[in-house]
Formats: sequence, structure tokens, C-alpha cells
Amino acid sequence: MTATPAHTPTIVLVGHGMVGQRFLEALAGRGLTGTHRVVVLCEEPRPAYDRVQLTSYFSGRTPEDLSLTDPAFIEQHGIELRVGDPAETIDRGARTVTARSGLVVEYDVLVLATGSYPFVPPVPGKDAEGCFVYRTIEDLLAIEEYARTRATTGAVVGGGLLGLEAAGALQGLGLTSHIVEFAPRLMPVQVDEGGGAALLRTIEEMGLSVHTGVGTQEILTGADGAVTGMKLSDGSELATDLVVFSAGVRPRDQLARDCGLAVGERGGISVDERCRTVTDERVFAIGECALAADGRVYGLVAPGYEQAETAAAAIADDEASFTGADLSTKLKLLGVDVASFGDAHGTAEGCLDVVYSDSRAGLYKKLVVGRDGTLLGGILVGDAEAYGTLRAFTGSVPPVSPESLVLPAGAGAPAQLGPAALPDDAVICSCHNVTKGTIRGAVTEHSCTSVPEVKKCTKAGTGCGSCVKVLGQLVTAELEAGGVEVDKGLCGCFAQTREELYEIVLALRITSFRELLDRHGRQGARGGEGCEVCKPAVGSIIASLAPSIGASGYVLDGEQAALQDTNDHFLANLQKNGSYSVVPRIPGGEIAPEKLIVIGEIARDFGLYTKITGGQRIDMFGARVEQLPLIWARLVDAGFESGHAYGKSLRTVKSCVGQTWCRYGVQDSVRMAIDLELRYRGLRSPHKLKSAVSGCARECAEAQSKDFGVIATSNGWNLYVGGNGGATPRHADLLAQDLSDAELVRLIDRFLMFYIRTADRLERTSTWLERLPGGLDHVRDVVVHDSLGICDELESLMSAHVAHYRDEWAETINDPEKLARFVSFVNAPDTPDPVVGFVPERDQMKPDLPLLDIGLRRPSQDDLLEGSTRR
Amino acid sequence: MTLAPEPLAPETTGLKVRLRLTDDWFTACDLGVLLPGRGVAALLPDGGQVALFRDRDGGLYAIDNRDPFTGAAVLSRGLTGTHRGRPFVASPLLKQRFDLTTGECLDDETTRVETYEVKAA
Repeated sequence: MTATPAHTPTIVLVGHGMVGQRFLEALAGRGLTGTHRVVVLCEEPRPAYDRVQLTSYFSGRTPEDLSLTDPAFIEQHGIELRVGDPAETIDRGARTVTARSGLVVEYDVLVLATGSYPFVPPVPGKDAEGCFVYRTIEDLLAIEEYARTRATTGAVVGGGLLGLEAAGALQGLGLTSHIVEFAPRLMPVQVDEGGGAALLRTIEEMGLSVHTGVGTQEILTGADGAVTGMKLSDGSELATDLVVFSAGVRPRDQLARDCGLAVGERGGISVDERCRTVTDERVFAIGECALAADGRVYGLVAPGYEQAETAAAAIADDEASFTGADLSTKLKLLGVDVASFGDAHGTAEGCLDVVYSDSRAGLYKKLVVGRDGTLLGGILVGDAEAYGTLRAFTGSVPPVSPESLVLPAGAGAPAQLGPAALPDDAVICSCHNVTKGTIRGAVTEHSCTSVPEVKKCTKAGTGCGSCVKVLGQLVTAELEAGGVEVDKGLCGCFAQTREELYEIVLALRITSFRELLDRHGRQGARGGEGCEVCKPAVGSIIASLAPSIGASGYVLDGEQAALQDTNDHFLANLQKNGSYSVVPRIPGGEIAPEKLIVIGEIARDFGLYTKITGGQRIDMFGARVEQLPLIWARLVDAGFESGHAYGKSLRTVKSCVGQTWCRYGVQDSVRMAIDLELRYRGLRSPHKLKSAVSGCARECAEAQSKDFGVIATSNGWNLYVGGNGGATPRHADLLAQDLSDAELVRLIDRFLMFYIRTADRLERTSTWLERLPGGLDHVRDVVVHDSLGICDELESLMSAHVAHYRDEWAETINDPEKLARFVSFVNAPDTPDPVVGFVPERDQMKPDLPLLDIGLRRPSQDDLLEGSTRR
Repeated sequence: MTLAPEPLAPETTGLKVRLRLTDDWFTACDLGVLLPGRGVAALLPDGGQVALFRDRDGGLYAIDNRDPFTGAAVLSRGLTGTHRGRPFVASPLLKQRFDLTTGECLDDETTRVETYEVKAA
């Protein structure tokens, strides 16, 4: 079978990994997809995904999250993408590629982007059951399954980058984990002896066992052929049920060898500076399968991207060349920052080292400096904060002395070398090769006014993301230099952000909105009424801090009543016709039959529409204002309290039944959910808070879509934060693992109070986490490692809240003055609002708003689907 | 520390909120039930509804209680504020703001609500 449309020249891409996808984007960017037929042969069962972030699969990212391929892009550019159909042979004479399916494609240009394969040392037993490599999503799925069912201990062969990631993943799966590295230190390529020592200490403290300076001699197996252990070169044996080989990668060049293309001595398809193979001008090779013109095979994604651009340019006959690339990397390995850049090992002649080392704190920083003071490179372990700036300064003489750049914060006066000091040609984003000048241009010439806009305009920060912080500083500096007033104020009344107002209220113990407005508002707004934005925001801040600043914890007290949105004012949820819905708290979703009956009776007696909510409770709709106190008197009597469904506060903590009933459960998720719900009930926050607790990794409670979610492990609890459903769903990030009950609660206390303190108004934890400079890492530093020294304060604020909680509905029905507000008409307290009307629907009722029913099409009889429910 | 004055108790003032209906002044409620910054609804003799507000300086406002965007009688339950010197109430349903003195919608100039002359006496 041959498929060749006449006249249209064809580009065949073999391999659809990260570099392959980037190549396709480069083709499209140059208009080549319009003039060429583009065929992609991809071996894996799914299109290109983010292999760099592979390990994040274990912290909740799904294969879909990892995808780099937008189906619309493929379709729009007419690219013929064949997944699961690898190229098998190349006939350079006939200029054809044959795929496994038998498809033969003629090419005018062939691009090989076959990547690399994991190197497995040729030791006996290497193919035994329980041996894996760590390269594809399929590998991860297999490891996960095996770890879950057949292993308690795992060992990783190789202590490099991927090896450490793999070991961290095994630990995350609940295995006792070992790392076996042949070199005398971890990450031998990136760090030197000092850096390796700092890394070793930190990693061993995390409970991983590290064996350096030993090789693997044999994989031992049991009678069933499955792995039981490893024999090491020092004669010792290591018992393990699972082995992951992560001992480096080798270029996948077999396809090239088979068709006579030149390859290097140690592998890699030889190409020139334009990424064209030295053997055949119609064939290119890019990424990890290519041996670049400088004699190196690049295993990082940034150089691969550059090669993809170079090859696309060469095909389009543009000038571009790839002569070598920056090998700088910054990683977060098992929570440890590791970065190396430039001439990290000091190979240049006459260069000098500046080293700061604190093994106790797991810190190691080394700068390599030339005789003339030029910064040549460096290694940072434990704290890579300065990476972005230092990398950009590489090749120039920094304006301050090198030692001041590596001293830790607090030791003397650490130099704050901001990005303002960088020259315009300094590369800020090395994944996409974006310079400071380009970023400044995005602001000054393309009118970008925010980091997301600049990211879209320049692509900077969209690769590994390590430069986003510097990017933010540059954008702000540029905007301010351009005279653009960046008004970060809450609203027209306050020039401060919500976070700043929170600090003012807390520090000055301000308990009144008027006082805050008149003393701290914008000039023109002082003495005014405030507005619908700042009133509830300040009301929420005062409510969050009430016990600590001496304000009333009851949101309807005094002036506070005038600050609340209508929902908080009537302690119920306003619906479209002016009626309200009522949601009593059902902690953890657990409810006894007697209480269920009470809810049923109340709903029946007041004629309310009932529906089960997504948060495992029951919502009763259609209550008139004047009915709310009557309904709640009965609910409170039966032992219910407010569910705060109306508030920007904790909603529910969902749960699955957990180990009490479920045969898979490993912890008592219901008890934990109830404990958490009762602890944080009534806590006013910048936006609503949702939570869930799952009793095992099957995650039936969907905790990873919550603001804070808890998943049971056999050793305790894993805490996830920043999840969201809704319009922009986000999977929560793993904050900490294997926590005891007390550790879990303490961490959530800190997390919530830090969020309440620093988030913007109506900012859910998911957007907050993404906006916050440093993101999850920063939050972890603050709430886990107490980097700001505020955890004691956060905890005491939370314990004050917990100690002072009172049910606001119980309080309201016992206060005649407050109850007097629950009327439709101030001059006719017994008259119901005539606008609130209902009509029957499906055995219950729904709101009737006849007067505004214009423009809505009345369904005719024909519109009813046969067999559907009558509307 | 709180600087917010407590609303005056009705018995100490005895003042009533009255609004003009064609010729007569209609007594809606005691002034004391109006919490500054918060509204109440009153039923009119013709079955219509009015939303009454009081600002922090004692200024009174009265507008139709019906939200023209949704048809629900809820404007009295909105949050009040000042926008460039104009007092307004924001509908609690879809948040459109209405000028309390003119009834104009600040977010849609084609829409307005009825206003009433109002006094404390």
C-alpha cells in the first residue's frame, strides 16, 4: 500500500515526543504545514506528552494533564498523526518509510526524532518479573500496578536525575526505597563532591537508603521468576521486590543504522549544524537521537527544542544553526532544589571556585569564576533561589562580588541582585531562548501588562517554568518604568490589596469597616459608604480574625450585619425568584435515619423542593424570608446547625465510607472528615472552601478536586491542596505525605490561615496557588518548613477560631431583635412576598416568575422526547 | 474599639420614614429599624413594593424593590455603596448597581427603577 498525493512534497516525522511536537509547531509557525503533507509515525499509544514532568503523574497529574498535544492543532494543520504505529524500516534509495502497520510513505524530507531508550546494564536477571525502566507513561502505570500488588521494597539502579525522581515515586507509592549508584556520589553529572554530600544528607533524612560507589552485579529471583533482591559489587545483597533501572539513556539510532546513516562511536545519528544528517541531505535528526555538530548528544529538552527549530528553519531554507547548547538545569528532586549552570565543574583553565557549604542544613552553593571575575557557572543544592539571575549573568562579570551571591539570606547582607541589573541579551527563559530584551519588548511594544500575557506573547516561562519568578519581576519593573500605574487596589474605595487590608486589620485590631475606610481608604472614598466589593471583603476579614482582634464572631452583630452579602445576612442562599434555600450541616456526609426523617418532615411541612448536593448533604429550596426562622427553629431543635452553604467559608468535607466498611479502605476516612468539618466549620475565608477525605488511593471522595483533600495511605494521610472543579478544573498538588492525624490537622491549620491571610478576594486556593510567586514550593516552604517563622501565629489564629465557634443559626433564633429582620415587609411582617410563586414540576415545585418570561421559548408538544420526563 | 454608632432606638426618636405617593405621605416604618448601609422592603397600598435605605450620615432613599433584570423583589437586600459620589445599591442577584437618588442603572443606562421622595418625620 502506497499513499502519495501527487505534487505535494511530504515531510515524514518519525517519533512524536516533546521534540517532535515542537518540530511540528515550528513547521506550522513557518507555514510549512500548508505547503507540505506532514505524516507523523509515533510508537507510543498516545501523542506527545510532557516527559520532563513524568513523575508528577504520581502526585495526581493524569496522562491527559501531561499531554502536550492539542488535537485541534493537529487537525487544523492537516497533520497525519499515527499513534501506536512506529516506523520499522527506511529505504533511502526509494525515499520511503514503512510503518509497523504496513503503511509505506514516500518522503521528500525525513526527520528522525526517535529519542532515546533507557540503558539497562547487562546483568543477569535484568529481564526478571519486577524489573522496570522509567521512561514512558506506560512504564509508570506498570510500576504503580506492581508496587500496589506485589512489592513492599523497591530499588532504583542509578542515582542521577531520573533515578532520584523514580526513587521518590517509589517512596510515594508506599515502598521502602533504595538508590544504588555506581559513582561515588548522587547526580554525578550535575553536581560535584560537595554538592553530592549535601544532597545525600537531605535525601537520607527523607528515609531513602542510598548506596553509592557500588555496582549492580545480578538481579536475584525467586522460584516464581520474580525479583527478590540484588547482588552488589561489594559482595552485599539487597532484598527488594522491585527494581527500576535508571542508569542513563542511549540514543535510539537503530533505524538510522539499518539504513546506512552515519552514527557516532557511542551512538547518536551524526548531523551538521543545521541538524541535517551528514550522510543524506534529505534526512534530519533532532533531539536525543542526534549527535550534534559539537560532538555531543543532548539529553535535555531545551537543546532539543532548539534543534527542532533549527531543522524546521533548514527545511524552510532559513538561516539557523545549532552549534551547541546550554546544559543549565534547575530541578526539584524529592523536594530538594538542585541547579547547575554553565561550567559547573570548573573545567575552564585558571578558573576559581567560590563555595558556601552547610551540610547540616543541606545547603551547598558553588560559583565558578574566571580570573577576570567573569561568572562561568555554578552548582546550587538546597536553595536555588538565585538560579534565574545567576544563569543569566553567566558569561559576564556580575556587578557585585561572587561571595555575596552565595551567602544565605541573613548571613551578613546578602546581595539582592535583581533582574534589573541584567543586560538585554541575557537569556531569561532557556527552554524557549527568550532574552530579557524580548520580554521588555513584549511590555513596551506589544502592550502586555501581565505575566500571562507576556507568556503568551513570547512563550517565555512556558517550558520548565523555572524563570517565571524572574519574569514576573521583569514585567512589573518594565510596567513601572513605563509609567503604567499598576493599581493593585481592592476596589475604588481601597488602594490596598486584600492581603494588605488583612495585615492592617490584624496589626491595628480594627473591628469596624467605617474606621478602616475613613483611615485607610482612598482619599475620595473616605467618609463614604464603601461599595459592594470591599464591604463583604472587609466583613470576611473581620470575621476570620474576630476572636484575635476582639470583634464579635457573630456576623450579624452591629455594623457587621451591614457588610454581609444578602446570603450571609439571611444565613441562607438567595435563589432567582427571591426565595432562599436551606442547607443544614451534615458533617462528612454521615447522617442517622432520625435526622433524615426530620429533614424530610420539614421539607414536606414547608413545601420545599429538596435535592441532594454534590457535597453530600441536602438542600431545601423555596423558603420565604419569614419561613427561615421557623425552619431553623425545628432544625436546631433536632440537633442540626448551619451548613454555611451561603458563606465564603468551609462548605463540606466529603468522605467515602473508608476502612470501616470498604474492603479496600486503609484508614477511617469518615471520622477524619467529620473531625475536619467540625474543626473548620464557620471559618470565613476569601472564597468558599471545599474538602474531602478518601479512605484509600482509589479516591472515591474525589479529594484531589478540593481546596484541601486528604487521601489515606497505609502509613497515614497524604494532603493535597489547591484542587478545584468548576469552570477551570485543577488537580490538587501533593503538599505532604504519610502524616499522622495530628500532623495532618496542624498542616491544614497553617495552610488555611496562610491562604486566608494572603489570597485575593474571591480567589480560590487553586488560582491563589498559581498566582503566588514560587507557587506550591513557596507554600510548602512556609507551612511545612516554616520559612517565614509565622507558623506559630497561623496555628494560634486557627485555635482561636476553633475555640470561639458558635452556631450562628442557634444564636439568631434566640435573638428577637435579629429575628425581626426576617420579614418580607417591614410594615407587614405577616405578609409573604407575592412575587415569590411556584408551579409544580416532577412531583415537587419550581420557581414561577411569569412577568419576565419573555424571550423564552415555550416547548411545544413536539419538543418532548419520547419517553423523557414530562417538563 | 468600634467607631460605628449604634442605630438610634425608635422610642428615643419617634421618627417615622415617610414616602410621597402622588399626594399623600405614606408612613412605611420607624426610622430606627433602618440599619445604616442595609435596606428593608415595605408593602405599598397598591400592592407594589418599595426598598428603603439609610446611609451613614442619615440620608434616606426609596426605590422600587423589584429588580428589573430578574423580576424578583430583592433590591432591598442588596449591598449599598458610593460610586464617584453617587449612592447606589447593588442587586443581590446579578449585581447590577442602581443609583439610589435617580434610579438609573450604573451598569446599563437603558434601565432604571422608580424612585420615591422620602423623609423622616
